[in-house]
Amino acid sequence: MSVKTETALRLVLYEGEGALPLSEESRFAALQSLLENGYSISCTSQRGAVAPADRTALLVMGQFQDAFPVEAEGANGGVPIRFQDITGLSPEQLIAAVEEVRAGLNAAKHGEWKPWFPVIDYDRCTNCMQCLSFCLFGVYGVDFEQRIQVQNNDNCKTNCPACSRVCPEAAIMFPKYKAGPINGDAVSEADLRREKMKIDISALLGGDVYQVLRDRSAKAKSRFSKERDSDKALNERQKCLTKLVEMGDIPPEVLMSLPSPEEIQRRAQEAAARVQAITSKY
Amino acid sequence: MAAKILFCNCSYAQVVPKETKTAVLKKLCASGVAFETVADLCEMSARNDPALERLSQGAPLKIAACFPRAVKWLFSAAHAPLPLDGAEVCNMRVEKAEDVIKALFDPELRPNLPSGKSLAPAAEEAAAEMPQNNGAPSIS
Repeated sequence: MSVKTETALRLVLYEGEGALPLSEESRFAALQSLLENGYSISCTSQRGAVAPADRTALLVMGQFQDAFPVEAEGANGGVPIRFQDITGLSPEQLIAAVEEVRAGLNAAKHGEWKPWFPVIDYDRCTNCMQCLSFCLFGVYGVDFEQRIQVQNNDNCKTNCPACSRVCPEAAIMFPKYKAGPINGDAVSEADLRREKMKIDISALLGGDVYQVLRDRSAKAKSRFSKERDSDKALNERQKCLTKLVEMGDIPPEVLMSLPSPEEIQRRAQEAAARVQAITSKY
Repeated sequence: MAAKILFCNCSYAQVVPKETKTAVLKKLCASGVAFETVADLCEMSARNDPALERLSQGAPLKIAACFPRAVKWLFSAAHAPLPLDGAEVCNMRVEKAEDVIKALFDPELRPNLPSGKSLAPAAEEAAAEMPQNNGAPSIS
C-alpha cells in the first residue's frame, strides 16, 4: 500500500473540563515518547487553540475524572473518536495503549519508512524534466498540465540526492539532507555557480562518467580474469565508486545502476508519451 | 488573532539537534498554551496527511521545524499551501533553542516564507564562496 493511501491516527491530549491536568514532566515525557514513535498530538489548553479536526480518526487521551465513552462519533459524522484514560500510565504503557487503538483502526504504522524523497521548489523549477529523465526509481511524473511532480515518494532511494545534483536550478530539496541548499537552505549565487552541484545531463549523455565507469569495470574484470584476485578487482571498483560518492554524495548502489544514455532517452520518450496521453483527455 | 503553534520533532532523522528539540518541547509543555506537535512534517507531506490542510488554514501559524523553504514546499506538496503572510518558520536546525522559544511566544508574527526565486543575502553568499571548479566534474 502506498503511503498516500494509508490513514493516520490523530491524538489529542485533553486537559480540559472533566480531566486532571498533567504535570509538566509527565506531559513532556508522554509527548516525547509519542512523537518518537511517529504520532502527532494536539495539546489542548485553556489558553490558545489547536487546529480543528480533520477526517482522520481521533484518539482523545486524558486523566479523566468521571465516566467517559469508549467511542463516539464526530458531530459532523463519520469520524470515529476513541477515548483513553492515561491516569498512572508510564510512557511505555501509553505507547502500548495507543498502538492497540492504531492497530484496531488499521491506521498507518509509523517508522517503517524513512521519509526520504524530493521536494520541488516551484519558485525555482523550470520544468526541464531532467529529474524525471534521470531518476532511476520512477519517483517523478507529470500532472495534467504537464508540470513535473513527485508522484511516488516511497520509491525514492533513501539517502540518494542524485536528482537534486542534476537539477540546474537547485530546485530539488531533500529536507533531511545534511547540507544546503539541498536541505532547503536558501540558494546562493555561489551555489548556482558551483559546478560540482550540477552534473550536467548532457555530460552524462556524452558518456564521460559512464566511460570512466566502463573503463574501470573493464580493467577490473580483466585483472580479475588474469590474476584471479577478486580483492584487487573489488578494490579498484571501490576506488572509482568512492571518488564518485565523494563528488556527489550519491550512494554507491545508485551509481552502480546509473541508467545508460539510451535508457535516459527512452525514459524521456516514455514521459513525453504519458504527457501526451494525459493531455489528450482534456 | 493569536498564532497557533506547531512543533515538528523531525523524528526520522538526526538533522535537528536533539538538545534544541528537547528544550523547545519542554518549554512548550511548561507554557500552559495549546499547541500542535507532529512527529515528522516530511512523513506527513509524503502521506498527503489532511492534518496539514487543517494546520495551514485559519489562524496564523508559527512553526518550529527546519528551513522555511523546505517547510513551505512540504505543505504545498500535500496540497495545503501555507499563506505567505500568515506563517513564520523557526529553524531548529540552525537557531538556538532560546531564540526559537522567544519567537514562538512573541505575540508578533514575522512571516518569513520565501517568495519567488530569491537568493541568499550577499554577505552569506560571500562567506559560502568556495573555489570554483570550471567544467564538468572530473574523475580519475
